[in-house]
Amino acid sequence: MYHAIVFLPLLGALVAGLFGRSIGAKASEYVTSLFLVVAAVLSWVAFFTVALGDSETLRIPVLEWVKSGSLDVQWAFRIDTLTSVMLVVVNTVSALVHIYSIGYMHHDPHRPRFFAYLSLFTFAMLMLVTSDNLLQMFFGWEGVGLASYLLIGFWYKKPSASAAAMKAFIVNRVGDFGFILGIFCLYMLFGSINFQTIFAAAADFAPHGEQASDVVLTLFGMSLDKADALTWTCLLLFMGAMGKSAQIPLHTWLPDAMEGPTPVSALIHAATMVTAGVFLVARMSPVFELSHDALTVVTVIGAITAFFAATVGLVQNDIKRVIAYSTCSQLGYMFVALGIGAYGAAIFHLFTHAFFKALLFLGAGSVIHSVSDEQDMRRMGGLRKHIPMTYWMMIVGTIALTGVGIPFTVIGTAGFFSKDAIIESAFVAHSSVAGFAYVMLVVAALFTSFYSWRLIFMTFHGKPRASADVMHHVHESPPVMLVPLYILAAGALFAGLIFHGFFFGEEYAEFWKGALFTLPENEILEHYHHVPAWVKLSPFVAMLLGLVTAWYFYIRSPETPKRLAQDHRGLYQFLLNKWYFDELYDVMFVRSSKWLGSFLWKKGDQATIDGLGPNAVAARVQDITGRVVKLQTGYLYHYAFVMLIGVAALVTWMMLGSAF
Amino acid sequence: MTAELLNTSLQLSVPELMLAVGAMVLLMIGVFSGERSVTIVSGLAVALLIMAGLWLVLFTENGAAYGGAFLSDPFARFMKVLALIGSITAMVMSVGHARAERIDKFEYPVLLVIATLGMMLMISANDMIALYLGLELQSLALYVVAAINRDSVRSTEAGLKYFVLGALSSGMLLYGASLVYGYTGYTGFDEIARVLGEGERPLGLVFGLVFLLTGIAFKISAVPFHMWTPDVYEGAPTPVTAFFSAAPKIAAMAIFIRLVSSAFEPIRIDWQQIVVFLSVASMALGAFAAIGQRNIKRLMAYSSIGHMGYALVGLAAGTQAGVRGVIIYMLIYMVMTLGTFACILAMRRKEEGNVENIDELAGLSSTNPFMATMLTILMFSLAGIPPLAGFFGKYVVFAAAIQAELYWLAVIGVLASVVGAYYYLRIIKIMWFDEPAPEFAPVAGELKLVYGLAGLFILGYVFVASPLGLAADVAARTFF
Repeated sequence: MYHAIVFLPLLGALVAGLFGRSIGAKASEYVTSLFLVVAAVLSWVAFFTVALGDSETLRIPVLEWVKSGSLDVQWAFRIDTLTSVMLVVVNTVSALVHIYSIGYMHHDPHRPRFFAYLSLFTFAMLMLVTSDNLLQMFFGWEGVGLASYLLIGFWYKKPSASAAAMKAFIVNRVGDFGFILGIFCLYMLFGSINFQTIFAAAADFAPHGEQASDVVLTLFGMSLDKADALTWTCLLLFMGAMGKSAQIPLHTWLPDAMEGPTPVSALIHAATMVTAGVFLVARMSPVFELSHDALTVVTVIGAITAFFAATVGLVQNDIKRVIAYSTCSQLGYMFVALGIGAYGAAIFHLFTHAFFKALLFLGAGSVIHSVSDEQDMRRMGGLRKHIPMTYWMMIVGTIALTGVGIPFTVIGTAGFFSKDAIIESAFVAHSSVAGFAYVMLVVAALFTSFYSWRLIFMTFHGKPRASADVMHHVHESPPVMLVPLYILAAGALFAGLIFHGFFFGEEYAEFWKGALFTLPENEILEHYHHVPAWVKLSPFVAMLLGLVTAWYFYIRSPETPKRLAQDHRGLYQFLLNKWYFDELYDVMFVRSSKWLGSFLWKKGDQATIDGLGPNAVAARVQDITGRVVKLQTGYLYHYAFVMLIGVAALVTWMMLGSAF
Repeated sequence: MTAELLNTSLQLSVPELMLAVGAMVLLMIGVFSGERSVTIVSGLAVALLIMAGLWLVLFTENGAAYGGAFLSDPFARFMKVLALIGSITAMVMSVGHARAERIDKFEYPVLLVIATLGMMLMISANDMIALYLGLELQSLALYVVAAINRDSVRSTEAGLKYFVLGALSSGMLLYGASLVYGYTGYTGFDEIARVLGEGERPLGLVFGLVFLLTGIAFKISAVPFHMWTPDVYEGAPTPVTAFFSAAPKIAAMAIFIRLVSSAFEPIRIDWQQIVVFLSVASMALGAFAAIGQRNIKRLMAYSSIGHMGYALVGLAAGTQAGVRGVIIYMLIYMVMTLGTFACILAMRRKEEGNVENIDELAGLSSTNPFMATMLTILMFSLAGIPPLAGFFGKYVVFAAAIQAELYWLAVIGVLASVVGAYYYLRIIKIMWFDEPAPEFAPVAGELKLVYGLAGLFILGYVFVASPLGLAADVAARTFF
């Protein structure tokens, strides 16, 4: 079964990729989609047997991979609750996106390639989540990076898409560099990169007694004792997570990645790949849990990202970019949860977020599809009556994202459970930065509500701002695109209600069965159930405030936002330009490396090496040739003269030579 | 001289006698049957050379003749066979071109036979006087051959230049010989070696050595005594150039080797310096000057200058391995140069006749792929690219120089061959990558045969390297 789950997408990718031309676009679509649907169904079966059943952690070997010295790495699947949750998320969303793409991409001539990439991505992601060791994980990690690169640049004739694809790839390399160093460190510390071994050893790793200050690792010239070594290792791993999950300061690629087709944004840049970082930290929880400092960093980075991305989302006009920043912000929430030790809450939010964010992206795709590929919300408006199903699906996505629900009851959307769980955990956490994180998250929740409703109001309400020609063509999407929306909407509405007890509630221990490790002194689950009422109310109030403000700004008095933008021009520009991160990086890294590159190229290679090397030698050879050829005058007496000179020179040499 | 001694001497020099008598007979045939006899005289001349060669290989034994002035030893026989092959090939190649080049005179084959006779005498010479006689016999014939196209200004100019400079060099050689005689009291090589072996080294004798070697360096066109080469190569009719570039070089190199390895062996330190100087200068000039050439015959002139430089690297080592290297090098050089000249002779169009500009080869790969392939092989080999014969030629001489601890000489040689590779590769580039020039006229069978065989030999040299190396070893052992 697990083999089928992992390898069916690969099979689909191979069929569509290698034989797409001969079997045709239709067949490629159906084959890949069918395989994914099968894989998704099997994933749910696995979820019920592993997570909801009482199955122990399974280890399914596939084949030998690397055996070199003490390094012994196998291809194997590690199946526990965490894996099964990820399998469900990945395969469900992927299957729906595959089906949705049949409708969305129907006018594209390169559909086989698109579906091959989608399936390839799914395979790599499955490889990542089922990995039994860090090397296998890294394989999946790089595989999803590659697929992401290919899909962002799917329309490679568009320069902005190619640039975005490269940006995503290069920014991710920075993170991957940290990740791989982290893997090296783990190998140094534990002598293995298999999860089983590392987790078993990590429990006894904690320093005690006089050994505490022994140097166990030398990193970047620093001699580290056990505690510090662990902290640095975690931070390096987290660096990889930051790159994949678009956390500050490695977030810049995610908004640009919206250049790819919208289903790609839904699958890769909302539901699955970007959550790989969250998965990594959750998977490595037995190690992270030992390093308080590393967790603090995770919390701070997550909180800042949640707040930062939400602020930027307030003023964006591109419908997909708003959702992209929202994704970035929500990932920040997950990292806060991880940082404060509420791993269950993080994975719970990951789980629900996958539904409602994929729903929002696919809904946005449906909108874009209906208005002739327009993405600017300023040229939309009044679409509610024309595409009612899409409208309602977007409403569902929005209430799920903003966390609509009735406090103190169990009635609410997915976000109501998962997001609020994170906010409340942040309040009770025993961490020096917990207060900071709590404030940031509540403010971010307010902003989230504002920009989400702003999106709805700008797109669907008010007067149409699109040209008459475009409005004339507005049409509801076909069922093949709407049905996936319905399914996701169901998830967005009910996933929280059904599963909150398992992920981060009463049945926590039975559900996770140790897949997420927490120290005995980590009692956040206990405290979470006893938060003050005003804390429980705070996200709800924030959500309402955001909704009302958005309503006031974009329905009641549309002049207000413009006036506000004029009055606070500096702030508006600051937000509109995404805190000037891209400009800053451009100056710090891009231009300087370009300068260095062109310096080495023009001055170093062309001027110095070529100029003094091959070219100079060639030029000197030509000079010499020119002179030598001139010696050949054609005059007999010159020739005789040269001969005599030669004899004279030889004779002189012999005379002097014998004198020495 | 007793009858018995005379008999031995005659027996040892049967091939030379055949050529001498045969040349005179051919001359008679030519004179009495007029201009039309050129075909039959050519055919007979080739047959004569082949017979001489066969006799040489099959029946000639080791020994000294004519009071030690004439030697028949493995070295001499090896080099003579090479020279004969060179002469025969050149003569065969010129048949088809006789009319176009206006060398369709019966004197032409006769002169080539006489020149060949001179070479053979030179190769066997073991005495200053015998050396001079052989050299002059060869040279006088060559002067005439160079100018054989009397109606062409270029040809006559070439002949005249060659004659004047040749006379100058002969004068120097004679002067050197007289100095050597004056200081040692002998003209025979063995006696000179014996006297020098007693430890005497008067400065006048060294002067004599310099002049003597100068005269021979002229014949192998080593720098700075090479000045005649480009002009004569370009001016002389192409079949004559093909002849010049092969057999006479073999003979001159042979006598160079014999002179320094037997007569002047005791003062090796002195001649080694001269050889090194000649070698370095030739390699460098051959490499650099050829780059500027547009005319392929001039280019081949500089190429041959360079190759003589490489051959001298082996001689500079002054060891058996070095001499062996030179012998192998000359063998390979002769094959390469004859093959290349076969291609040059094939550069002919119906309307324009023979063309000599390198650019005329443009696009040869599409107009005549076989010739282009063969010429490419030849050029790669001349450039010294493995696994072709030219590489092994260079390898043996450089290896000998390294063994003799002449490291910097080997380094200069390698560097020069890098520079030299440029102009060989340029020809290949022109043939394969440039827009095709008008097609050449169909190539004569004998030319195809020559360049085909040359290409084959060069490609397959690795397979015959060991028997040839063995033969060269035997030849080289003559002196050690």
